[in-house]
Amino acid sequence: MNIHEYQGKQILKQYGVAVPEGHVAFSPEEAVKAAKELGTDVVVVKAQIHAGGRGKAGGVKLAKNLDEVRTYSKELLGKVLVTHQTGPEGKEVKRLYIEAGSDIQKEYYLGLVLDRETSRVTLMGSEEGGMDIEEVAANNPERLFYEEIDPVIGLTGFQARRMAFNINIPAKLVNKAAKLMLGLYQAYVDTDAAIVEINPLVVTGDGQVVALDAKFNFDANSLYRHPNVMEMRDYDEEDAKEIEASKYDLSYISLDGNIGCMVNGAGLAMATMDTINYYGGSPANFLDVGGGATAEKVTEAFKIILSDQNVKGIFVNIFGGIMKCDIIAEGVIQAAKEVSLSVPLVVRLEGTNVELGKKLLNESGLDIVAAGTMAEGAKKIVELVG
Amino acid sequence: MSVYINKDTKVLVQGITGSTALFHTKQMLEYGTKIVAGVTPGKGGTEVEGVPVFNTVEDAVKATGANVSVIYVPAPFAADAILEAVEAELDMAICITEHIPVLDMVKVKRYMEGKKTRLVGPNCPGVITPDECKIGIMPGYIHKKGHVGVVSRSGTLTYEATHQLSEEGIGQSTAVGIGGDPVNGTNFIDVLKEFNEDEDTYAVVMIGEIGGTAEEEAAAWVKANMTKPVVGFIGGQTAPEGKRMGHAGAIISGGKGTAADKIKAMNEAGIEVADTPSVIGETLIKVIKEKGLYDACKTH
Repeated sequence: MNIHEYQGKQILKQYGVAVPEGHVAFSPEEAVKAAKELGTDVVVVKAQIHAGGRGKAGGVKLAKNLDEVRTYSKELLGKVLVTHQTGPEGKEVKRLYIEAGSDIQKEYYLGLVLDRETSRVTLMGSEEGGMDIEEVAANNPERLFYEEIDPVIGLTGFQARRMAFNINIPAKLVNKAAKLMLGLYQAYVDTDAAIVEINPLVVTGDGQVVALDAKFNFDANSLYRHPNVMEMRDYDEEDAKEIEASKYDLSYISLDGNIGCMVNGAGLAMATMDTINYYGGSPANFLDVGGGATAEKVTEAFKIILSDQNVKGIFVNIFGGIMKCDIIAEGVIQAAKEVSLSVPLVVRLEGTNVELGKKLLNESGLDIVAAGTMAEGAKKIVELVG
Repeated sequence: MSVYINKDTKVLVQGITGSTALFHTKQMLEYGTKIVAGVTPGKGGTEVEGVPVFNTVEDAVKATGANVSVIYVPAPFAADAILEAVEAELDMAICITEHIPVLDMVKVKRYMEGKKTRLVGPNCPGVITPDECKIGIMPGYIHKKGHVGVVSRSGTLTYEATHQLSEEGIGQSTAVGIGGDPVNGTNFIDVLKEFNEDEDTYAVVMIGEIGGTAEEEAAAWVKANMTKPVVGFIGGQTAPEGKRMGHAGAIISGGKGTAADKIKAMNEAGIEVADTPSVIGETLIKVIKEKGLYDACKTH
């Protein structure tokens, strides 16, 4: 789960990380009011969407007076921002963050992320602040520094100072920067974050070390123990179908193809998409109904798949291990009737009670194309969708 | 022979009184697995499915000599259950539970350094040595005893591959599900080493998926050390980038983690990679025929 920049900064503030003063605004009026309260010469009007690259896409504006704040706010609210992280459809701006301007001397990068190779949280830092960090990693890997963190003692003072020296924070500000990093790590651990990025971290003219941006991504498995983080969830930023699926404990991800997929197991679901693609088709979604799929879950899964206007056919691929095929067949039949299915449906069943499952499908009177293997099913649905 | 578990393995079920655990305990008992104990705090002294229940893993081990535990404990308490199994010095703990908080697993991994217990999983289907011992949630009937080792990050995809092998008369020595979580106990290389040393394993199927670099590392190990043929499959070739993991995760590995990278690394290590999951069995058969191992692997 992601949150907005201003929410990330609220968290950071609690951990002693310096951030510019600012207020969230949902309308130009609120934006002007916020700017008045800040009372600084320059304020920054920042579009709040769950994606990076806002600056380049025109989502961050410097305003020198209240009129400019009003103009920029009007311009940005309701605007669809397209960045390299939003996809071509972009994201509509519904919230702004009005922030005091900073006297930036130099920009840096800091990030915390899990390193899967070492199974440790790792602090990353670079002098190349404000840039796309993937580019730094690819083109100037020697300018990216790492500190592997022992979960027992956490990030240590010497590691934080070493990072500050490595990324060339001015010597007299090293202790301030190190303290900020320690706060950042504590925020990461306390909130069960998956990724925290400060890009840029800045050194200001008056000798402060300030987080100018804040990106938080949280471990979905841990949200149950962080109700305060859950309150920051912005449903407007998420795919409606994905939200609906999560209510039924279905794992669903929207894609841009036209063949809806319903599969049990994440690995098999991914492999089903691959197989459709291999035969020249394009999957409309990833959908794992899980091991304990019931008729109700199957029905809901069908409804979600069909709510996607692009879907021109459905491929159900079930390997019933513990799950019995006749139960799945009953669910598919019930669902197809309930949603009065009008697109081609290919079903591949394998596993326990497979013969009984196939018999139920054949006798249902529904126009269901049976397939013996995953490959055959994928081929058939690709042909039917055309 | 087989790897990790066999007919003499004495199994302990952690969280045995939960509904999922109960269901699978029955399935495992029916398969012939020696389940000697269950653990549910507060239910000590009772019995389920004829299996004595204890309050702690330590008590269960003392009373029954259990050497491998399988964990069905719900995610919020699963990390603690693993620690308890490690503290009791079991040979192996197989954690089926999914959705364990990642930072819990980071701590567990740190705690396990230098300890005796091997962890398999979490978020895995378990381990099975056909006709001897089934530990986990996989359907027993799709497996046949034989000489092909299977190691995989995915549950249902493993069933798919194993089923294809069994249908073609190619049995398995042991199938190990290492799980799909970013922080897990046993990795591909651990299992490949075991298969390489196991006299009864003649060839290996390795099933990976996108994310991380475990497959690349395994491929490098295979190239340097493996004396037996390996075939593979990588799931997620069409998965959208960054949907789950966000983008910063890829930095550390220098942009690795894509299916294309993994397949390339595997091919370079001499691992034949199936184009689609439907032909994993076919691909293995082709390779073992080339190596003259088909007749030895054909078990039924």
